Amino acid sequence: MKIKLDRTKCDGFGFCAKYAPETFDLDEWGYVSLVGAGNVAPEHEDGVRRALLDCPVHAITELHPAGEVDAGR
Amino acid sequence: MSLATDAPVSPALAAYPGVEGRLFRAGGREDLAAYRAAGGYADVADLERLLDEVDEAGVRGRGGAAFPIATKIRTVRGGRGVPVAVANGEEGEPASVKDRWLLRTRPHLVLDGLRLASLMVGADEVHVYVSDPEAAASVTAGLAELRGAGVWDAEVTVTVVEPTYVAGEETAAVQAIDGGPALPTDKPPRPFEAGVRGRPTLVSNVETLAHLPLVQRLGSTGYRGLGTVASPGTFLLTLSGCAATGLYEVPFGVTLTELLTWLGEDPAQVDGVLMGGYFSGVLGRQVLDVPLEYDAVKALHSGLGCGAVGVLAAGTCPVTVSAAVMAYFARENAGQCGSCFNGTAAMSAVLDALRDSRAEAEDVQRLTDWSVRLRGRGACGTLDGATNVAAALLREFPDAVGAHLDGTCATCAAADEQPVPRVPFAVALPTAA
Repeated sequence: MKIKLDRTKCDGFGFCAKYAPETFDLDEWGYVSLVGAGNVAPEHEDGVRRALLDCPVHAITELHPAGEVDAGR
Repeated sequence: MSLATDAPVSPALAAYPGVEGRLFRAGGREDLAAYRAAGGYADVADLERLLDEVDEAGVRGRGGAAFPIATKIRTVRGGRGVPVAVANGEEGEPASVKDRWLLRTRPHLVLDGLRLASLMVGADEVHVYVSDPEAAASVTAGLAELRGAGVWDAEVTVTVVEPTYVAGEETAAVQAIDGGPALPTDKPPRPFEAGVRGRPTLVSNVETLAHLPLVQRLGSTGYRGLGTVASPGTFLLTLSGCAATGLYEVPFGVTLTELLTWLGEDPAQVDGVLMGGYFSGVLGRQVLDVPLEYDAVKALHSGLGCGAVGVLAAGTCPVTVSAAVMAYFARENAGQCGSCFNGTAAMSAVLDALRDSRAEAEDVQRLTDWSVRLRGRGACGTLDGATNVAAALLREFPDAVGAHLDGTCATCAAADEQPVPRVPFAVALPTAA
């Protein structure tokens, strides 16, 4: 699984770091950056998928294997 | 002294001895006839050969990232979809005037470069992106001159935006050309992958483009006749903070001592510089004898960036300058990424307190931590520039930082201290009457 994060959308809700702390790193104000380049290890996919679905501002997007983002972008 | 006033300073213009027939040209705006008479808009016999020449010439991006332009062209050309070419002349950097000068004075050199780039990349859509109204007028007039001249018949769209620090970032250019706000977007994708309307897009700084006709005319060997092996050719250097404030075309590898001496300035009266515009922070006196080329400046943990150098004249406090630059970032960031608008505000608060000798050692420790931890946490480079400013001050001028913690900064206490304006080292070109 590969994801992208749009930090211009992040409002600091922090659900992502709660569900997938190994993938999402919060700064001291609660704003997120990715740990690494967005390649999610299989054992972390469930947490990342929950983060993706629960992010209130839809800042997380799954990338298709060819590198394209979801059609809803 | 430019630092004594908040009014932007109009620069002098000149080419360093030995630099002839490249970017700098004396006089006013060069029209199509003059540019063609000098050999401009030459036919391209073999595009692949030209691209190889550009590669062999080693032309690197002049917008700040110094990325090899030939590699960028090949990457965009190999992308999915028909490429788009964009000349980026939005110069948000307060300490630089080179892009505006080129567009106002040598529009056809830039347009010729854009022509060559769009041909090499295979673009069927071409844009010029600017904020300076006079630059826009010069380019628009240049395009009108080209119409029917039989040298380049591409439709070129000129997009004009309000000047801001972040509008010059390449994703801001793409978003603005697409009809959105001139604000950066997060990566991926980068424009070379998916830019204007999702197509692979070559966004090139206008000075970078202006070097392409030089390579065509001089050949890679001739182009490499100036500069260093790793940084070939010349670049436009905006110098400020001294009596010789100006825009100079210099060969890569010249030292600031050589440049200042040529300009009649005394290098002994220089305490350091603000390097690379606002992006790389301050450097101490050791920079004076370092060749101005990408790798040597990088070895100082700094960067040549867009080629803007602000001189810290004796009597200028590096803490005060760094605080002013950080305050600029805190005001002028895009207001999009939380790490950036919070981080720049926090670092600015500490630097303001340090400037006023109100900061504690714990505050400086927090600044040190932020200068490391906040790096890479913004969608564009603004936050990285801010962390550079903090890290550079702490690394280059520990004694000044200590003196400000103790309230014993002799520079700030001296009667001849140079006041630092709200936007330090700001330069501007004179506006047409």
